[in-house]
Amino acid sequence: MINPGRAIGPQYGFGLYLHWPYCQHICPYCDFNVYAAKDRTTEPLFDAMLADLAAQASQLKGRAPLSSVYFGGGTPSLMSPSQIAQFIDACTAALGLSERCEITLEANPNDIRLDRAKNWKEAGINRISLGVQSLDDRALAFLGRDHTAAQGLQAVETVAHIFERYSVDLIYARPDQSLAAWREELTSLLSLKPPHLSLYELTIAPKTAFGKAAQRGTLIPLDEEAQADLYELTEDLTAQAGLPAYEISNYARSKADQSRHNLTYWRSGDWLGIGPGAHGRLSLDGVRLSTEGRARPQEYITAVQNASHPWQTETALTAEETAAEILTMGLRVKTGIEQDRVNAFLPRPIDKARLESLQTEGWLSLQEGRLCLTPSGRLLADRIALELLR
Amino acid sequence: MTHILPLFQTSEAGYILSMSTPIEHIRNFSIIAHIDHGKSTLADRLIQHCGGLTDREMSDQVLDNMDIEKERGITIKAQTVRLAYTAKDGITYTLNLMDTPGHVDFSYEVSRCLAACEGSLLVVDASQGVEAQTLANVYQAIDQEHEIVPVLNKVDLPAADIDRVAEQIEEVIGLDASGAVLTSAKTGLGIEDVLEAIVKQLPPPAEGDASAPLKVSLVDAYYDPYLGVVVIVRVVDGILKKKQKIRMMKTGSTYDIDHVGVFGPKPVHVETLGPGEVGFLVASIKDVADCSVGDTITEERRPCAGPLPGYKDVQPVVFCGLFPMDASDFDDLRASMGKLKLNDASFSWEMETSAALGMGFRCGFLGLLHLEIIQERLSREFDLDLIATAPSVVYELTMTDGTEIELHNPSDMPDVVKVAEIREPWIEATIFTPDEYLGGVLKLCQDRRGIQTELTYVGKRAMMKYELPLNEVVFDFYDRLKSISKGYASFDYELVGHRPENLVKMSILVNDEPVDALAMLVHRDRAESRGRQMCERLKDLIPRQMFKIPVQAAIGAKVIARETISAMRKDVTAKCYGGDATRKRKLLDKQKAGKKRMRQFGKVDIPQEAFVAALRMDGV
Ligand SMILES: Nc1nc2c(ncn2[C@@H]2O[C@H](COP(=O)(O)OP(=O)(O)OP(=O)(O)O)[C@@H](O)[C@H]2O)c(=O)[nH]1
Ligand code: SF4
Ligand SMILES: [Mg+2]
Repeated sequence: MINPGRAIGPQYGFGLYLHWPYCQHICPYCDFNVYAAKDRTTEPLFDAMLADLAAQASQLKGRAPLSSVYFGGGTPSLMSPSQIAQFIDACTAALGLSERCEITLEANPNDIRLDRAKNWKEAGINRISLGVQSLDDRALAFLGRDHTAAQGLQAVETVAHIFERYSVDLIYARPDQSLAAWREELTSLLSLKPPHLSLYELTIAPKTAFGKAAQRGTLIPLDEEAQADLYELTEDLTAQAGLPAYEISNYARSKADQSRHNLTYWRSGDWLGIGPGAHGRLSLDGVRLSTEGRARPQEYITAVQNASHPWQTETALTAEETAAEILTMGLRVKTGIEQDRVNAFLPRPIDKARLESLQTEGWLSLQEGRLCLTPSGRLLADRIALELLR
Repeated sequence: MTHILPLFQTSEAGYILSMSTPIEHIRNFSIIAHIDHGKSTLADRLIQHCGGLTDREMSDQVLDNMDIEKERGITIKAQTVRLAYTAKDGITYTLNLMDTPGHVDFSYEVSRCLAACEGSLLVVDASQGVEAQTLANVYQAIDQEHEIVPVLNKVDLPAADIDRVAEQIEEVIGLDASGAVLTSAKTGLGIEDVLEAIVKQLPPPAEGDASAPLKVSLVDAYYDPYLGVVVIVRVVDGILKKKQKIRMMKTGSTYDIDHVGVFGPKPVHVETLGPGEVGFLVASIKDVADCSVGDTITEERRPCAGPLPGYKDVQPVVFCGLFPMDASDFDDLRASMGKLKLNDASFSWEMETSAALGMGFRCGFLGLLHLEIIQERLSREFDLDLIATAPSVVYELTMTDGTEIELHNPSDMPDVVKVAEIREPWIEATIFTPDEYLGGVLKLCQDRRGIQTELTYVGKRAMMKYELPLNEVVFDFYDRLKSISKGYASFDYELVGHRPENLVKMSILVNDEPVDALAMLVHRDRAESRGRQMCERLKDLIPRQMFKIPVQAAIGAKVIARETISAMRKDVTAKCYGGDATRKRKLLDKQKAGKKRMRQFGKVDIPQEAFVAALRMDGV
């Protein structure tokens, strides 16, 4: 048994997430906190982010430096290279960056140009996450993306030229997508030999344009069986290509190519959330604090300006909530999650009989004290977490 | 009857109530009709005409004062109102009007109103004609030897066909319709004619003896949050007044009268109520159950010789289990049912424990509408989430050792080898329908094991009588009848006794475990199709789980139908990063709460809603 104070904290990763809330236009499936970029000036927001960073950092004195920084959104590739550089400098000043600190920028294919990529690299970015989404023009149109498959491929090439570490996103399990079509699409992406992939099934969120279409019946999501088949095909193809899954939807060539920042989430490490609607998790005195910025940029800015307190919304997670997060996030990674860390926050440890029955059914294995999902268990990850926690 | 108005003083009533109406100037009458033919609206007009309420106080169907009555536009509880009417002969009469419900479930309300009156207004919608409850109610009135004034209402409607309907009244009921009054309760046409007919054609109460020992009929009782228990009475002999010590002859309990009064329709105190008069008394009675409807009230000091003939006991005919959605609401449910019973003595229950649904109650109702209304009142007035199991009827069992058992709940069915005979309740149904729907209606009755006993035509309308097992009617017979006939058919029934039938207990097994709440008695011939339907239904209702689940219907050990719910293949969030952690946790909390609303059967979680939905099936 380990004590709760040791079951959480920056030893499981210490990251910073910046949320840039603007996009050139809003995709119909997107349920992030995003706003159309238009011609706004972004200085006030950027200044607020810097102030937010300083305020939050002041509460975290004496910590080891950041192990990762992630520019997410929205479309952070719309930030100017100088803003990016300035923010990285601010992180260095406020919290310090570890020697191998991973600094990722999410980018849309449209924003990729050789000169810009070079600027980013100079600013300190050492990893790109590229939102290619599909290699099929019809699918790209359906997804409301403003780039073509050819532009996507070109962007991958450019990024690969400048960056050693990068990732490509694709969205699959689209309505009517066949196994054969997905096989072809994924195979052509794999032939580019990317070091890292994020492959997501299309998720239809209620408040999005797709969600409404689904409700009206004009968009018919792929059924569970077909989705499961596609998922299994994805695992096979990536494994054959030498990029096995290390998380439910993430695939990497080697351990070094895995996303350190995202692993911090799945391992329930600590991270700061900077920007409108950004979430953070910070362990302070054995308690896990959940922080959240105001969602609307203007409100966020005002809140930072008037702040008497570094976190706009903060909630101390209860022991059971902490356990639930450690488990649900932790089960997603292939190497699993230490059972002791979960049990440290539960009034009664996870039920033995339930564990055993999940093991005999072949969904779960216990490896050196870590709860690991089997390949078939991975498809039922959410349900299994629920079973373990009830 | 819930009069939530506080008591008004006499002077506020807007008119003077004659305290000492000579008995020959009293008219007690009921308004009876098929559902929706306009009884309550006619009552509105009569009250308005007699100045019982000002225009400002008036609302549509003012006597329907429960929310549920207002919303559904139906009368559930009978109401009494005293009116003063100065007739064309110059005499001011005291009229006691009783508005009755039209729906078959509440026919006991009609019967006790009739017992307290000498005459009836038979309202018939002139655009609809004679319907099933018109007949049922008018026959009750004839049995009570009432004088009856036919009233053809809704004559303002273009579809009104006065001659045809008058002819129906004569042919079907055998009542002289030449003196029928034509009204529109909507426009107010003919209201004075109705009032004149009441004083001219209906008799005054039989001569009572004001000096004889007190003899009062207990017509109804209800709980009022301001007044406590209010007892509706009709005086036969003697004088009822404040401060009297009274005795309920059946229960023997005694009370001191706090007030006597009448409804005008607002409650108004009066000094006394004499022979022939209808009114109410309030006597610090704690519990409505102490007031047995139909009982005789007398004076403790000087009791009358013997009680009046009582009313027919009301027996519940339909039963169902009521369970709280959330087990921790059990005590709340019990308390709420107790409060509701204060207003509705016909609602009864006993405790029940179900493996599927936990602790709850087996409740008896007068019919399906009654069941629906109680359920709705419980969830609305008391804010409870309920699960109701399938309605079932009362079976009579003769055991091989000769003992007799009443079975209220199919899951209590004893081992078949010990049962010599099972009898189920049968009804005689009277159905009216326009002839174009006759074929469909006949088929429905046939399909429900009906036996035709009569089929006659009145113009273009068919009237048929069928004997039917009540069990086949409680599910959805009425809904089906309405949809087959586009709403034009009407239906009434009465119980005609229990008959032996080839009935079997069908159990439903989910993942090889029997689910008690889903057990039912069915006719052997129909077991298979019923079982198949049940399994198909459950297959859709039970969410997929991590393993496959067989769903079976069985009689004893023999499986008669089977379906399989395939295993869930995928339940995982595709994208899960920092911001999703919170979302994920909230979802998990919701799922955990959802699990609480599920009942566990071995390894299977069944949502409680599935029980209800499975049982709300179209009877085969
Ligand atoms: N056009 C027309 N409509 C009427 C007349 N009388 C009643 N109605 C309407 O008929 C409907 C039923 O009227 P109610 O007075 O509630 O009927 P009821 O007989 O009391 O019904 P239950 O108590 O449910 O049996 C209402 O919508 C009334 O407005 C009438 O003379 N003409
Ligand atoms: S670009 Fe990305 S963040 Fe922006 S709207 Fe589209 S999916 Fe959402
Ligand atoms: Mg009515």
